[in-house]
Amino acid sequence: MEKFDVIIVGGGLAGLSAAYTLAQEGLETLVLERGDYSGAKNVTGGRMYVNPIRDLFPDLWKKAPFERFIAREEVSIMAEERSVTMQYDGNELAQEPYQSFSLLRGKFDKWFAREAERKGAMLVSKARVDDVIMEDGKVVGVRADGDELRADVVIACDGVLSFIAEKAGLRKPLASKNYAVGCKEIIEMDRQLLEDRFNLQGDEGMARLYMGDVTGGSFGGGFLYTNKESLSLGIVVGIDALLENEEAFKAPELLDRFKQRPEIASLIKGGQTAEYSAHVIPEGGVKAMGSLYGSGILVAGDAAGFSMNIGVTVRGMEYAMASGYYAAQAVMAAKARNDFSGASLAEYKKLLDKSFVMEDFNNFKESLDVLDHSRFFTFYPELAGSIMRDLYAVPAGAKDRIFPTIKKHMTVGEIFGIARDMWRLRKI
Amino acid sequence: MSEVMGLKAKLGLNVFKEDKEFHIRIKPGREKDERLKKAVIVCPSGLYSANDAGDVEISVDGCLECGTCLIACGEEVLEWHYPSGGAGVQFRFG
Repeated sequence: MEKFDVIIVGGGLAGLSAAYTLAQEGLETLVLERGDYSGAKNVTGGRMYVNPIRDLFPDLWKKAPFERFIAREEVSIMAEERSVTMQYDGNELAQEPYQSFSLLRGKFDKWFAREAERKGAMLVSKARVDDVIMEDGKVVGVRADGDELRADVVIACDGVLSFIAEKAGLRKPLASKNYAVGCKEIIEMDRQLLEDRFNLQGDEGMARLYMGDVTGGSFGGGFLYTNKESLSLGIVVGIDALLENEEAFKAPELLDRFKQRPEIASLIKGGQTAEYSAHVIPEGGVKAMGSLYGSGILVAGDAAGFSMNIGVTVRGMEYAMASGYYAAQAVMAAKARNDFSGASLAEYKKLLDKSFVMEDFNNFKESLDVLDHSRFFTFYPELAGSIMRDLYAVPAGAKDRIFPTIKKHMTVGEIFGIARDMWRLRKI
Repeated sequence: MSEVMGLKAKLGLNVFKEDKEFHIRIKPGREKDERLKKAVIVCPSGLYSANDAGDVEISVDGCLECGTCLIACGEEVLEWHYPSGGAGVQFRFG
């Protein structure tokens, strides 16, 4: 029977990061990917923040097939009939090293898989892992398409549903309040038209997040990222929020409704939808996480719940890559001790605790509870829009004075309400 | 592009590879379970529908393997696996 040092279930960013790091150090590493190729089953909103993981993969970034570096950040607050947009740009975002890049997983993961192979990792695609092999409470391998494959350590990088972590008894039951669903279209657009429309030079890109009416007042938002010759346009909405919404919008209807907003329709005009994708996103943070390690097994990436929504930044891919990297470090340390027990592999958690990964998750452990608050998705967008409308309105008769115009929207009750909301935000 | 593209047409743009079996099934006897109604709302591909008798039905063609139905409805009512290796949706962009 074949035995490997490490078997990695899932050839996405966490799995490939682990494989790349392990193979580089000469460990026999097998990656099992159920898609036709790495990236075939993966969906991203569209951008990766490189700063926190740049030094973990020093040789990787130069040739990485990113789409565009994000030189302009925008946020649009949508009310029913109007929206208010804020833009942040300038030298800071346009200078190397760039903070973030738009990307497509079909391209990026496929490339990253080749890089891992170049380091010596063995990749097998079209291989679904059905179960873990347990002996004396220890994970000793996996079953894939009827074959038994053995390894000192299995790393579960099989995505948000992680049936592998579940079978190893490490995952918590999937509670809908901890998950959101994202739906996205890739809209192909002539490069020149795209750059002219979004005022981009060369490889510059823009990212815009949408809050408010996008989700019919539910916890969530919309996004628009510019790629080289396409746009990534989509929505993210909490699964419970979607179910509780009084207007009972279906998930795909929300995306269509968003696309039909005049603010969006004008941006995508002349483009052609080329792909429609969707995925669940773990948003429960630390509170929803199960165990990250067990005897003979580690869990990384979305499988471990490493994704976070804190409003204007929604992140997962950096955590996936970092957790894959630290899983590899923990495996190498365990191999040096020739001890793959839970106690030995617990080093993974220690490494994560010392890194930005768990620091972020601990700092933002309340973010879901704090942000899942209907006033942020209905009251404030309407308030911002109404104030702008009244400030800009020039009626047929005399225009109101500015102070009373704003004051009209800010009764004593409202000011207390806003103060209460600010107090809520102190936790994140 | 102000006209709305139907879901079927949208899904028709994707690459799907046929599987030898249905990877999601409603557990026998659970067709009328209230929890399944959630899938009608949350499924991004609109694959779930309630028929005149109130039974929820699923057609797995066009499944994006996102997992939303499993999380919304739970494992008590759905038998949910990923498609076989190399089958199902193959995202070109992602």
